[in-house]
Amino acid sequence: MGYEGLHAETISIKGNNGESISAYVARPLGKGPFPGMVLMHHAPGWDEWYCETTRKFAHHGYLAISHNLYHRAGEGKADDVAAKVRAEGGVPDAQVIGDTEGAVQWLRAQSNLNGKVGVIGTCSGGRHTFLFACHTKSINAAADLWGGRVVMKKEELTPKLPTAPIEFTKNLSCPLLGLFGNEDAAPTPEQVNQHEAELKKHGKEFEFHRYDGAGHGFFYYDRPNYRVEQALDGWKKVWAFFGKHLKK
Amino acid sequence: MCTSIVEIVKAHGSGKGEGGWFDLTAAVVSYDHPHHALLEDAINIDFVNPSLGPGARVAVEITLESARELSAALARALAAADEVERERLRGT
Repeated sequence: MGYEGLHAETISIKGNNGESISAYVARPLGKGPFPGMVLMHHAPGWDEWYCETTRKFAHHGYLAISHNLYHRAGEGKADDVAAKVRAEGGVPDAQVIGDTEGAVQWLRAQSNLNGKVGVIGTCSGGRHTFLFACHTKSINAAADLWGGRVVMKKEELTPKLPTAPIEFTKNLSCPLLGLFGNEDAAPTPEQVNQHEAELKKHGKEFEFHRYDGAGHGFFYYDRPNYRVEQALDGWKKVWAFFGKHLKK
Repeated sequence: MCTSIVEIVKAHGSGKGEGGWFDLTAAVVSYDHPHHALLEDAINIDFVNPSLGPGARVAVEITLESARELSAALARALAAADEVERERLRGT
């Protein structure tokens, strides 16, 4: 192995409506150019797993940024902030889209970016990833990992989440990777099938992988749903997908 | 959050959090991913005061079975408390 290194830190970026939000950035050392990756954190918040995973992407040669979608809920430990956001009914979809465009534009302003940017998210971050990919033309690939509530019942819609993301499928602007556990309750296998049918209907480029013996969050090594075999295969799929679309 | 199951009620009283006792304003009950309990989803109960920041929180994450037993225990304690209060009113 040759010399390896990375630099990681929290920074401030311009999010929705130009408002400042915090972000965790990990950059490989070296001249690059590197592809960029935006990581959209999950419902448990902008937490240690997301910081670790941001560094993991830098280790794999990506300029990586994970922006804090819960910034406006105030300073605090990730679990406390996430609990506050949960009580508030989540963060508005429109705000998430604006914040994420800010993270993409931060990457695009970096002189050592290779010109390509991907987005990945898990859990609610998977939903947000798909939603964002249907509202932007500024990314080259997206990965939705077990995003719940892409398909939503009418009674689940709220002023903050006014439209089920599946309704925007026709606007998907880039190739999509989806990883799902067949024992998941959100999304259920039926909802994943529904999403897949919609992607096919609109002729979108996508690949979905479904795992038996896995439920929700099977990458999280510190949670009971961790499934080592499925997670290792899932990571291979992630690296292959982004390698194909962002590194060539 | 991956479920939309959240119930919020006003709560008057005190809670003891990481920084000591504080006044409560609300109790939030959800069925969603826990942070610490080794469960995919849990009944999460947060006693909070949002005006004091996200850290003003007393949190528990329990199984559905535990939540049902807690709910029944609350109902029994409330029934007994109501009886005590009725006796107190008769005595005045």
